[in-house]
Amino acid sequence: MEETRSLLQIKGLRDGLLVALDDAPWEEQHAALIAQVDAQPAFFQGARLALDVAAQVLRVNELVELRDQLSERGIFLWAVISESPTTEQTSQLLGLATRISKPRPEETRQFSVDDLGEETALFLNRTLRSGTRVEFPGHVVVLGDVNPGAEIVAEGNIVVWGRLRGMVHAGAKGNARATVCALDLSPTRLRIADEVAAGGPGREASGPELARINEAGNLQSEFWSADR
Amino acid sequence: MPATVITITSGKGGVGKTTTVANLAVALALEGSRVVCIDGDIGLRNLDVILGLENRIVYDIVDVIEGRCRLKQAMIRDKKFTELYLIPAAQTRDKSAISANDMVRLVKELRSVCDFVLIDSPAGIERGFRNAIAGADRVLVVTNPEISAVRDADRVIGILEAEEKGPASLILNRLNPALVKSKDMLSSEDVLDLLAIELIGIVPEDENVIIASNRGAPVAADGKTKAGQAFRNIAKRLKGETVPFLDLDAQGGLWERIQRMAGRK
Repeated sequence: MEETRSLLQIKGLRDGLLVALDDAPWEEQHAALIAQVDAQPAFFQGARLALDVAAQVLRVNELVELRDQLSERGIFLWAVISESPTTEQTSQLLGLATRISKPRPEETRQFSVDDLGEETALFLNRTLRSGTRVEFPGHVVVLGDVNPGAEIVAEGNIVVWGRLRGMVHAGAKGNARATVCALDLSPTRLRIADEVAAGGPGREASGPELARINEAGNLQSEFWSADR
Repeated sequence: MPATVITITSGKGGVGKTTTVANLAVALALEGSRVVCIDGDIGLRNLDVILGLENRIVYDIVDVIEGRCRLKQAMIRDKKFTELYLIPAAQTRDKSAISANDMVRLVKELRSVCDFVLIDSPAGIERGFRNAIAGADRVLVVTNPEISAVRDADRVIGILEAEEKGPASLILNRLNPALVKSKDMLSSEDVLDLLAIELIGIVPEDENVIIASNRGAPVAADGKTKAGQAFRNIAKRLKGETVPFLDLDAQGGLWERIQRMAGRK
Protein backbone atom coordinates (compact mmCIF):
# COMPACT_ATOMS: atom_id res chain seq x y z
CA MET A 1 0.00 0.00 0.00
CA GLU A 2 2.83 2.38 0.88
CA GLU A 3 4.28 1.74 -2.52
CA THR A 4 1.15 2.52 -4.49
CA ARG A 5 0.54 5.61 -2.44
CA SER A 6 3.82 7.11 -3.47
CA LEU A 7 2.65 7.11 -7.07
CA LEU A 8 0.06 9.73 -6.37
CA GLN A 9 -0.25 12.85 -4.33
CA ILE A 10 -3.60 14.09 -3.15
CA LYS A 11 -4.14 17.72 -2.27
CA GLY A 12 -7.24 19.59 -1.18
CA LEU A 13 -8.36 22.45 -3.40
CA ARG A 14 -10.89 25.14 -2.63
CA ASP A 15 -13.60 23.18 -4.38
CA GLY A 16 -12.44 19.59 -4.52
CA LEU A 17 -9.40 17.39 -4.70
CA LEU A 18 -6.33 17.52 -6.86
CA VAL A 19 -4.60 14.23 -7.53
CA ALA A 20 -1.14 14.51 -9.02
CA LEU A 21 0.30 11.51 -10.83
CA ASP A 22 3.89 11.07 -11.91
CA ASP A 23 5.36 9.57 -15.05
CA ALA A 24 4.96 5.89 -14.14
CA PRO A 25 3.07 3.74 -16.69
CA TRP A 26 -0.59 4.69 -16.97
CA GLU A 27 -1.93 1.23 -16.01
CA GLU A 28 -0.09 1.41 -12.68
CA GLN A 29 -1.21 4.95 -12.00
CA HIS A 30 -4.76 4.12 -12.92
CA ALA A 31 -4.80 1.04 -10.68
CA ALA A 32 -3.18 2.96 -7.82
CA LEU A 33 -5.78 5.69 -8.00
CA ILE A 34 -8.70 3.26 -8.02
CA ALA A 35 -7.10 1.27 -5.16
CA GLN A 36 -6.68 4.47 -3.17
CA VAL A 37 -10.31 5.42 -3.75
CA ASP A 38 -11.56 1.97 -2.81
CA ALA A 39 -9.46 2.02 0.35
CA GLN A 40 -11.12 5.21 1.59
CA PRO A 41 -14.57 5.33 0.01
CA ALA A 42 -15.98 7.72 2.60
CA PHE A 43 -13.26 10.28 1.95
CA PHE A 44 -13.77 10.28 -1.80
CA GLN A 45 -17.55 9.91 -1.98
CA GLY A 46 -19.10 12.85 -3.83
CA ALA A 47 -15.74 14.54 -4.45
CA ARG A 48 -14.93 16.82 -7.35
CA LEU A 49 -11.66 15.53 -8.67
CA ALA A 50 -9.02 17.23 -10.79
CA LEU A 51 -6.25 15.08 -12.13
CA ASP A 52 -2.73 16.27 -12.89
CA VAL A 53 -1.24 13.66 -15.20
CA ALA A 54 2.10 15.38 -15.84
CA ALA A 55 3.42 14.41 -19.27
CA GLN A 56 1.25 11.28 -19.72
CA VAL A 57 -0.14 10.89 -23.21
CA LEU A 58 -3.72 9.75 -22.74
CA ARG A 59 -6.19 8.62 -25.34
CA VAL A 60 -9.92 9.03 -25.24
CA ASN A 61 -10.73 5.46 -24.25
CA GLU A 62 -8.28 5.58 -21.32
CA LEU A 63 -9.78 8.76 -19.93
CA VAL A 64 -13.33 7.58 -20.55
CA GLU A 65 -12.64 4.35 -18.67
CA LEU A 66 -11.23 6.22 -15.71
CA ARG A 67 -14.03 8.78 -15.73
CA ASP A 68 -16.65 6.02 -15.74
CA GLN A 69 -14.93 4.06 -12.98
CA LEU A 70 -14.71 7.17 -10.85
CA SER A 71 -18.30 8.08 -11.54
CA GLU A 72 -19.41 4.62 -10.40
CA ARG A 73 -17.71 5.40 -7.12
CA GLY A 74 -19.52 8.71 -6.80
CA ILE A 75 -16.55 10.83 -7.84
CA PHE A 76 -16.88 13.54 -10.44
CA LEU A 77 -13.84 13.98 -12.64
CA TRP A 78 -14.02 17.57 -13.90
CA ALA A 79 -10.50 18.45 -14.97
CA VAL A 80 -7.40 16.84 -16.38
CA ILE A 81 -4.28 18.94 -16.37
CA SER A 82 -1.43 17.88 -18.57
CA GLU A 83 1.76 19.02 -20.20
CA SER A 84 1.02 16.87 -23.23
CA PRO A 85 -0.97 18.61 -25.96
CA THR A 86 -2.47 15.27 -26.96
CA THR A 87 -3.84 14.68 -23.49
CA GLU A 88 -5.10 18.26 -23.30
CA GLN A 89 -6.98 17.77 -26.52
CA THR A 90 -8.39 14.49 -25.32
CA SER A 91 -9.75 16.11 -22.19
CA GLN A 92 -11.13 19.03 -24.15
CA LEU A 93 -12.91 16.63 -26.45
CA LEU A 94 -14.46 14.96 -23.43
CA GLY A 95 -15.58 18.32 -22.10
CA LEU A 96 -13.19 18.24 -19.15
CA ALA A 97 -11.45 21.38 -17.96
CA THR A 98 -7.73 21.61 -18.63
CA ARG A 99 -6.98 24.42 -16.23
CA ILE A 100 -7.75 24.86 -12.58
CA SER A 101 -7.82 28.27 -10.96
CA LYS A 102 -4.13 28.17 -10.07
CA PRO A 103 -2.21 28.39 -13.34
CA ARG A 104 0.62 26.01 -13.94
CA PRO A 105 4.09 27.45 -13.62
CA GLU A 106 5.30 28.86 -16.95
CA GLU A 107 8.26 26.55 -17.39
CA THR A 108 6.11 23.43 -17.67
CA ARG A 109 4.65 24.83 -20.90
CA GLN A 110 8.05 24.85 -22.56
CA PHE A 111 8.78 22.19 -25.12
CA SER A 112 12.21 20.77 -25.55
CA VAL A 113 12.00 20.47 -29.31
CA ASP A 114 14.13 23.63 -29.70
CA ASP A 115 17.10 21.28 -29.84
CA LEU A 116 16.02 20.26 -33.32
CA GLY A 117 16.73 23.72 -34.66
CA GLU A 118 13.21 23.99 -36.09
CA GLU A 119 10.04 25.37 -34.65
CA THR A 120 7.34 23.04 -33.40
CA ALA A 121 3.97 22.63 -34.99
CA LEU A 122 0.90 20.74 -33.88
CA PHE A 123 -0.47 18.67 -36.73
CA LEU A 124 -4.18 17.89 -36.54
CA ASN A 125 -5.38 15.38 -39.08
CA ARG A 126 -9.10 15.96 -38.56
CA THR A 127 -11.88 18.49 -38.72
CA LEU A 128 -12.23 20.69 -35.65
CA ARG A 129 -15.90 20.80 -34.78
CA SER A 130 -17.86 23.33 -32.78
CA GLY A 131 -16.77 23.40 -29.13
CA THR A 132 -13.18 22.32 -29.75
CA ARG A 133 -10.47 24.69 -28.60
CA VAL A 134 -6.85 24.09 -29.50
CA GLU A 135 -4.14 26.12 -27.84
CA PHE A 136 -0.53 25.55 -28.77
CA PRO A 137 2.75 27.34 -28.07
CA GLY A 138 3.91 26.89 -31.68
CA HIS A 139 2.37 26.60 -35.14
CA VAL A 140 -0.85 24.75 -35.81
CA VAL A 141 -1.54 22.81 -39.00
CA VAL A 142 -4.99 21.40 -39.63
CA LEU A 143 -5.69 18.88 -42.35
CA GLY A 144 -9.46 19.26 -42.33
CA ASP A 145 -11.98 22.04 -41.70
CA VAL A 146 -12.24 24.39 -38.76
CA ASN A 147 -15.99 24.66 -38.24
CA PRO A 148 -17.86 27.63 -36.75
CA GLY A 149 -17.66 27.41 -32.96
CA ALA A 150 -14.16 25.89 -32.99
CA GLU A 151 -11.15 27.92 -31.86
CA ILE A 152 -7.41 27.82 -32.48
CA VAL A 153 -4.95 29.88 -30.48
CA ALA A 154 -1.34 29.51 -31.64
CA GLU A 155 1.79 31.39 -30.74
CA GLY A 156 3.01 30.88 -34.29
CA ASN A 157 1.28 30.51 -37.67
CA ILE A 158 -1.96 28.73 -38.47
CA VAL A 159 -2.33 26.70 -41.64
CA VAL A 160 -5.64 25.12 -42.54
CA TRP A 161 -5.82 22.72 -45.46
CA GLY A 162 -9.58 23.02 -45.64
CA ARG A 163 -12.27 25.53 -44.80
CA LEU A 164 -11.53 27.89 -41.96
CA ARG A 165 -14.84 29.09 -40.54
CA GLY A 166 -14.17 29.22 -36.81
CA MET A 167 -12.13 31.62 -34.69
CA VAL A 168 -8.37 31.79 -34.97
CA HIS A 169 -5.66 33.73 -33.18
CA ALA A 170 -2.14 33.48 -34.58
CA GLY A 171 0.88 35.06 -32.93
CA ALA A 172 -1.00 34.87 -29.65
CA LYS A 173 1.99 36.04 -27.62
CA GLY A 174 2.30 39.17 -29.75
CA ASN A 175 4.22 37.94 -32.79
CA ALA A 176 2.98 40.36 -35.48
CA ARG A 177 4.78 38.40 -38.20
CA ALA A 178 2.54 35.37 -37.76
CA THR A 179 0.22 34.45 -40.62
CA VAL A 180 -3.01 32.55 -41.11
CA CYS A 181 -3.73 30.72 -44.32
CA ALA A 182 -6.50 28.43 -45.49
CA LEU A 183 -7.91 26.94 -48.67
CA ASP A 184 -11.09 28.83 -47.85
CA LEU A 185 -10.47 31.66 -45.42
CA SER A 186 -13.90 32.59 -44.03
CA PRO A 187 -13.32 32.81 -40.27
CA THR A 188 -15.88 34.04 -37.76
CA ARG A 189 -13.05 36.09 -36.32
CA LEU A 190 -9.40 36.28 -37.24
CA ARG A 191 -6.74 37.72 -35.00
CA ILE A 192 -3.00 38.09 -35.50
CA ALA A 193 -1.11 39.38 -32.46
CA ASP A 194 -3.36 42.28 -31.37
CA GLU A 195 -5.05 43.00 -34.69
CA VAL A 196 -8.60 41.65 -34.96
CA ALA A 197 -10.90 41.28 -37.94
CA ALA A 198 -14.44 40.00 -37.86
CA GLY A 199 -15.55 37.77 -40.69
CA GLY A 200 -17.98 39.22 -43.20
CA PRO A 201 -21.17 37.33 -43.99
CA GLY A 202 -21.33 35.10 -47.00
CA ARG A 203 -18.28 36.24 -48.92
CA GLU A 204 -17.84 33.91 -51.84
CA ALA A 205 -14.66 31.93 -51.45
CA SER A 206 -12.39 32.14 -54.45
CA GLY A 207 -9.37 30.11 -53.51
CA PRO A 208 -6.58 29.80 -51.00
CA GLU A 209 -5.83 32.95 -49.02
CA LEU A 210 -3.17 34.15 -46.65
CA ALA A 211 -3.73 36.80 -43.98
CA ARG A 212 -0.94 38.83 -42.38
CA ILE A 213 -0.27 42.21 -40.87
CA ASN A 214 1.06 44.55 -43.58
CA GLU A 215 3.71 47.31 -43.20
CA ALA A 216 1.03 49.81 -42.27
CA GLY A 217 0.13 47.58 -39.34
CA ASN A 218 -3.25 46.48 -40.69
CA LEU A 219 -4.61 43.01 -41.24
CA GLN A 220 -4.70 42.17 -44.90
CA SER A 221 -5.36 39.02 -46.84
CA GLU A 222 -4.39 38.06 -50.36
CA PHE A 223 -5.32 35.20 -52.59
CA TRP A 224 -2.67 32.74 -53.50
CA SER A 225 -1.88 32.38 -57.18
CA ALA A 226 0.53 30.09 -58.93
CA ASP A 227 2.20 32.78 -61.06
CA ARG A 228 3.85 34.77 -58.33
CA MET B 1 -30.25 -12.03 -33.96
CA PRO B 2 -29.13 -9.52 -31.36
CA ALA B 3 -30.73 -6.09 -31.59
CA THR B 4 -29.19 -2.94 -33.01
CA VAL B 5 -29.20 -0.15 -30.45
CA ILE B 6 -29.74 3.27 -32.00
CA THR B 7 -29.65 6.55 -30.09
CA ILE B 8 -31.33 9.62 -31.56
CA THR B 9 -29.82 12.88 -30.39
CA SER B 10 -29.34 16.48 -31.52
CA GLY B 11 -27.71 18.82 -29.04
CA LYS B 12 -30.32 21.53 -29.54
CA GLY B 13 -33.83 20.99 -28.23
CA GLY B 14 -36.99 21.13 -30.28
CA VAL B 15 -35.58 19.85 -33.55
CA GLY B 16 -37.71 16.70 -33.51
CA LYS B 17 -35.78 13.96 -31.69
CA THR B 18 -38.80 12.51 -29.95
CA THR B 19 -40.96 12.75 -33.06
CA THR B 20 -38.22 10.98 -35.00
CA VAL B 21 -37.96 8.18 -32.45
CA ALA B 22 -41.72 7.65 -32.44
CA ASN B 23 -41.93 7.62 -36.23
CA LEU B 24 -38.93 5.39 -36.79
CA ALA B 25 -40.30 2.97 -34.20
CA VAL B 26 -43.64 2.80 -36.00
CA ALA B 27 -41.98 2.53 -39.41
CA LEU B 28 -39.69 -0.29 -38.22
CA ALA B 29 -42.64 -2.08 -36.65
CA LEU B 30 -44.48 -1.79 -39.99
CA GLU B 31 -41.47 -3.45 -41.60
CA GLY B 32 -42.00 -6.38 -39.28
CA SER B 33 -39.26 -5.62 -36.75
CA ARG B 34 -39.68 -5.92 -33.02
CA VAL B 35 -38.84 -2.53 -31.56
CA VAL B 36 -38.31 -1.22 -28.04
CA CYS B 37 -38.14 2.56 -27.55
CA ILE B 38 -36.55 4.00 -24.46
CA ASP B 39 -37.38 7.53 -23.37
CA GLY B 40 -34.06 8.82 -22.06
CA ASP B 41 -35.37 12.24 -21.12
CA ILE B 42 -35.89 11.58 -17.45
CA GLY B 43 -37.88 14.33 -15.78
CA LEU B 44 -39.26 15.66 -19.06
CA ARG B 45 -40.77 12.61 -20.64
CA ASN B 46 -42.95 12.91 -23.70
CA LEU B 47 -42.31 9.98 -26.01
CA ASP B 48 -45.26 8.26 -24.30
CA VAL B 49 -47.54 11.17 -25.28
CA ILE B 50 -46.48 11.13 -28.91
CA LEU B 51 -47.00 7.37 -29.10
CA GLY B 52 -50.36 7.79 -27.34
CA LEU B 53 -49.39 5.49 -24.46
CA GLU B 54 -49.39 7.99 -21.60
CA ASN B 55 -52.33 6.45 -19.75
CA ARG B 56 -50.80 2.97 -19.71
CA ILE B 57 -47.68 3.78 -17.72
CA VAL B 58 -47.35 1.80 -14.51
CA TYR B 59 -43.60 1.38 -14.17
CA ASP B 60 -40.79 3.41 -15.73
CA ILE B 61 -37.10 3.12 -16.49
CA VAL B 62 -36.01 4.22 -13.01
CA ASP B 63 -38.20 1.52 -11.48
CA VAL B 64 -36.38 -1.05 -13.60
CA ILE B 65 -32.95 0.28 -12.68
CA GLU B 66 -33.74 0.54 -9.00
CA GLY B 67 -35.19 -2.97 -9.02
CA ARG B 68 -38.82 -2.15 -8.21
CA CYS B 69 -40.05 -4.10 -11.22
CA ARG B 70 -38.82 -6.48 -13.87
CA LEU B 71 -37.85 -5.19 -17.30
CA LYS B 72 -40.85 -6.85 -18.95
CA GLN B 73 -43.22 -5.06 -16.59
CA ALA B 74 -41.99 -1.63 -17.69
CA MET B 75 -42.31 -2.45 -21.40
CA ILE B 76 -45.62 -0.99 -22.60
CA ARG B 77 -47.01 -2.62 -25.70
CA ASP B 78 -48.36 -0.26 -28.37
CA LYS B 79 -52.09 -0.23 -29.03
CA LYS B 80 -51.78 -0.75 -32.76
CA PHE B 81 -48.42 -2.41 -33.35
CA THR B 82 -48.01 -5.52 -31.25
CA GLU B 83 -44.26 -5.65 -31.86
CA LEU B 84 -43.65 -2.10 -30.61
CA TYR B 85 -42.84 -1.41 -26.97
CA LEU B 86 -42.03 1.68 -24.93
CA ILE B 87 -40.00 1.96 -21.76
CA PRO B 88 -41.08 5.35 -20.43
CA ALA B 89 -38.95 7.83 -18.53
CA ALA B 90 -39.74 8.77 -14.94
CA GLN B 91 -41.41 12.14 -14.69
CA THR B 92 -40.74 12.77 -11.02
CA ARG B 93 -36.99 12.13 -11.03
CA ASP B 94 -34.05 13.68 -12.83
CA LYS B 95 -31.10 12.63 -14.96
CA SER B 96 -28.97 11.67 -11.96
CA ALA B 97 -31.34 8.77 -11.19
CA ILE B 98 -29.48 6.58 -13.67
CA SER B 99 -25.86 6.21 -14.74
CA ALA B 100 -24.23 5.33 -18.03
CA ASN B 101 -23.55 1.83 -16.70
CA ASP B 102 -27.19 1.31 -15.76
CA MET B 103 -28.08 2.18 -19.32
CA VAL B 104 -25.50 -0.23 -20.77
CA ARG B 105 -26.83 -3.04 -18.58
CA LEU B 106 -30.44 -2.31 -19.49
CA VAL B 107 -29.67 -2.26 -23.19
CA LYS B 108 -27.75 -5.52 -22.90
CA GLU B 109 -30.81 -7.19 -21.44
CA LEU B 110 -32.98 -5.84 -24.27
CA ARG B 111 -30.69 -7.00 -27.05
CA SER B 112 -31.92 -10.56 -26.89
CA VAL B 113 -35.63 -9.76 -26.93
CA CYS B 114 -35.99 -7.45 -29.95
CA ASP B 115 -34.53 -6.33 -33.29
CA PHE B 116 -34.13 -2.62 -32.61
CA VAL B 117 -33.72 -0.54 -29.46
CA LEU B 118 -34.34 3.16 -30.11
CA ILE B 119 -33.17 5.55 -27.40
CA ASP B 120 -34.56 9.08 -27.26
CA SER B 121 -31.81 11.33 -25.92
CA PRO B 122 -32.53 14.53 -24.00
CA ALA B 123 -31.30 17.82 -25.46
CA GLY B 124 -27.92 19.10 -24.33
CA ILE B 125 -24.57 17.45 -23.90
CA GLU B 126 -24.74 16.71 -20.19
CA ARG B 127 -25.37 13.59 -18.19
CA GLY B 128 -28.67 12.59 -19.77
CA PHE B 129 -27.12 12.73 -23.21
CA ARG B 130 -24.07 10.75 -22.06
CA ASN B 131 -26.36 8.09 -20.59
CA ALA B 132 -28.34 7.91 -23.80
CA ILE B 133 -25.31 7.29 -25.99
CA ALA B 134 -23.54 4.93 -23.58
CA GLY B 135 -25.08 1.73 -24.93
CA ALA B 136 -25.54 2.76 -28.55
CA ASP B 137 -24.28 0.80 -31.56
CA ARG B 138 -25.01 3.72 -33.82
CA VAL B 139 -26.18 7.27 -33.37
CA LEU B 140 -28.54 9.34 -35.49
CA VAL B 141 -28.13 13.09 -35.16
CA VAL B 142 -31.26 15.09 -35.93
CA THR B 143 -30.97 18.68 -37.04
CA ASN B 144 -33.08 21.37 -38.67
CA PRO B 145 -31.84 23.53 -41.52
CA GLU B 146 -31.10 26.36 -39.08
CA ILE B 147 -27.68 27.67 -38.21
CA SER B 148 -28.12 27.25 -34.44
CA ALA B 149 -29.31 23.66 -34.75
CA VAL B 150 -26.49 22.78 -37.16
CA ARG B 151 -23.91 24.33 -34.83
CA ASP B 152 -25.14 22.19 -31.95
CA ALA B 153 -25.24 19.10 -34.15
CA ASP B 154 -21.61 19.78 -35.05
CA ARG B 155 -20.69 19.92 -31.36
CA VAL B 156 -22.51 16.67 -30.67
CA ILE B 157 -20.84 14.95 -33.61
CA GLY B 158 -17.48 16.09 -32.23
CA ILE B 159 -18.29 14.53 -28.86
CA LEU B 160 -19.47 11.31 -30.50
CA GLU B 161 -16.20 11.12 -32.42
CA ALA B 162 -14.26 11.69 -29.22
CA GLU B 163 -16.23 8.96 -27.46
CA GLU B 164 -15.49 6.70 -30.41
CA LYS B 165 -19.16 6.00 -30.99
CA GLY B 166 -18.52 5.36 -34.67
CA PRO B 167 -19.64 7.61 -37.47
CA ALA B 168 -22.98 9.23 -36.73
CA SER B 169 -25.67 9.53 -39.41
CA LEU B 170 -27.68 12.64 -40.06
CA ILE B 171 -31.42 13.20 -40.28
CA LEU B 172 -32.32 16.60 -41.65
CA ASN B 173 -35.76 17.38 -40.27
CA ARG B 174 -38.33 20.02 -41.28
CA LEU B 175 -36.77 21.00 -44.56
CA ASN B 176 -38.95 23.38 -46.54
CA PRO B 177 -38.08 22.97 -50.24
CA ALA B 178 -39.80 26.25 -51.19
CA LEU B 179 -37.70 28.23 -48.71
CA VAL B 180 -34.54 26.48 -49.86
CA LYS B 181 -35.40 27.38 -53.43
CA SER B 182 -35.82 31.05 -52.55
CA LYS B 183 -32.49 30.85 -50.64
CA ASP B 184 -34.18 31.65 -47.33
CA MET B 185 -33.24 28.32 -45.76
CA LEU B 186 -30.04 26.30 -45.59
CA SER B 187 -30.11 23.55 -48.16
CA SER B 188 -29.24 19.94 -47.42
CA GLU B 189 -25.96 20.55 -49.29
CA ASP B 190 -25.09 23.49 -46.99
CA VAL B 191 -25.71 21.35 -43.91
CA LEU B 192 -23.81 18.33 -45.20
CA ASP B 193 -20.96 20.55 -46.30
CA LEU B 194 -20.43 21.60 -42.70
CA LEU B 195 -21.23 18.42 -40.82
CA ALA B 196 -19.57 16.04 -43.27
CA ILE B 197 -21.33 12.86 -42.07
CA GLU B 198 -23.53 10.34 -43.83
CA LEU B 199 -27.08 11.53 -44.56
CA ILE B 200 -29.68 8.89 -43.74
CA GLY B 201 -32.83 10.91 -44.33
CA ILE B 202 -34.44 14.22 -45.15
CA VAL B 203 -37.85 14.82 -43.64
CA PRO B 204 -39.81 17.67 -45.21
CA GLU B 205 -41.73 20.18 -43.14
CA ASP B 206 -45.25 18.75 -42.93
CA GLU B 207 -48.14 19.90 -40.75
CA ASN B 208 -49.40 16.32 -40.62
CA VAL B 209 -46.52 15.58 -38.22
CA ILE B 210 -47.93 17.95 -35.61
CA ILE B 211 -51.50 16.79 -36.16
CA ALA B 212 -50.44 13.15 -35.82
CA SER B 213 -48.28 13.78 -32.73
CA ASN B 214 -51.17 15.49 -31.00
CA ARG B 215 -53.39 12.52 -31.75
CA GLY B 216 -50.80 10.14 -30.34
CA ALA B 217 -50.50 8.29 -33.65
CA PRO B 218 -47.19 9.05 -35.40
CA VAL B 219 -47.38 10.17 -39.01
CA ALA B 220 -45.33 7.22 -40.26
CA ALA B 221 -48.38 5.01 -39.70
CA ASP B 222 -49.87 6.80 -42.70
CA GLY B 223 -47.76 6.28 -45.79
CA LYS B 224 -49.60 8.91 -47.80
CA THR B 225 -47.94 11.92 -46.17
CA LYS B 226 -44.53 13.14 -47.35
CA ALA B 227 -43.08 13.10 -43.84
CA GLY B 228 -44.49 9.66 -43.15
CA GLN B 229 -42.91 8.36 -46.34
CA ALA B 230 -39.59 9.96 -45.40
CA PHE B 231 -39.57 8.24 -42.00
CA ARG B 232 -40.47 4.91 -43.61
CA ASN B 233 -37.55 5.33 -45.98
CA ILE B 234 -35.18 5.99 -43.07
CA ALA B 235 -36.42 2.82 -41.39
CA LYS B 236 -35.69 0.86 -44.57
CA ARG B 237 -32.20 2.34 -44.73
CA LEU B 238 -31.64 1.35 -41.10
CA LYS B 239 -32.48 -2.20 -42.14
CA GLY B 240 -29.80 -2.02 -44.81
CA GLU B 241 -31.95 -1.36 -47.87
CA THR B 242 -30.94 1.20 -50.45
CA VAL B 243 -33.80 3.62 -50.92
CA PRO B 244 -33.52 6.73 -53.10
CA PHE B 245 -34.17 10.08 -51.42
CA LEU B 246 -37.63 11.60 -51.93
CA ASP B 247 -37.97 14.14 -54.67
CA LEU B 248 -39.13 16.99 -52.47
CA ASP B 249 -39.49 19.39 -55.36
CA ALA B 250 -42.38 17.31 -56.67
CA GLN B 251 -44.43 19.17 -54.10
CA GLY B 252 -44.01 22.35 -56.14
CA GLY B 253 -46.75 24.51 -57.52
CA LEU B 254 -49.55 23.47 -59.83
CA TRP B 255 -47.89 25.05 -62.84
CA GLU B 256 -44.74 23.01 -62.31
CA ARG B 257 -46.72 19.82 -62.01
CA ILE B 258 -48.54 20.57 -65.23
CA GLN B 259 -45.25 21.29 -66.92
CA ARG B 260 -43.86 18.04 -65.65
CA MET B 261 -46.89 16.14 -66.84
CA ALA B 262 -46.53 17.78 -70.22
CA GLY B 263 -42.97 16.51 -70.24
CA ARG B 264 -41.48 19.97 -70.45
CA LYS B 265 -39.33 19.69 -67.37
